[in-house]
Amino acid sequence: MSILHIVNKSPYERNSVALAVDYMRDGDTLLLIEDAVYTVMQGGKAASIIDGQKAVVLGPDLAARGIAKEKMIDGVEVVDYAGFVDLVEASDKTQSWL
Amino acid sequence: MTTKKFMYVNRRAPYGTIYAWEALEVVLIGAAFEQDVSMAFVDDGVFQLLKGQDTSGIDMKNFSPTYSALGDYEVTKIYVEKESLEERGLTLDDLQHLVWEDEDEDWAEKDSIRLVSRAELAEVFAGQDVMFNF
Repeated sequence: MSILHIVNKSPYERNSVALAVDYMRDGDTLLLIEDAVYTVMQGGKAASIIDGQKAVVLGPDLAARGIAKEKMIDGVEVVDYAGFVDLVEASDKTQSWL
Repeated sequence: MTTKKFMYVNRRAPYGTIYAWEALEVVLIGAAFEQDVSMAFVDDGVFQLLKGQDTSGIDMKNFSPTYSALGDYEVTKIYVEKESLEERGLTLDDLQHLVWEDEDEDWAEKDSIRLVSRAELAEVFAGQDVMFNF
């Protein structure tokens, strides 16, 4: 039973990203949206939180915040809103760490 | 009217909450009353000044160009905290280049952003009359 873990809070302000990662099991996916997209900034302290995790980030939220592709850490997939829907559909359930 | 030193402290990222946009509105209103206005960007507040913001994909107003208008409202002291930038893997090059024109020096263009340490910013805070927190 796979879970899509959705986080929308900055990793520098809340512990939601870290907590979601702690709750992830094999086959689960982490989706970073809104202020959680700051997690993937290269050189940022928070980037290590998602080391080795299957993480996906919402492209329109990255663009809004001025985070260019080359400023992102490696190994994170970028999706658009349609990709968001696909992830929800592919998971058995979703958990939003509000 | 006596001029007071107003400090606006920005600690939130833009778009996820309304704080950043609200702060900007209040700063511009305050500036119209000819107060001595400063802004500080601390914690996630430093994200407000990132270059290249494009909100076309999230159906929200991109208010980041407004920061470059601050100089015209005589908001010329913009403090960015060094520790907050470093923690986020950022340097001044990642931020917008904000300037103002000094009428006492034949409108010479000067940098508005002052990169300061936490300790230096604490000193600046100590010298203010009023603090606004966003």
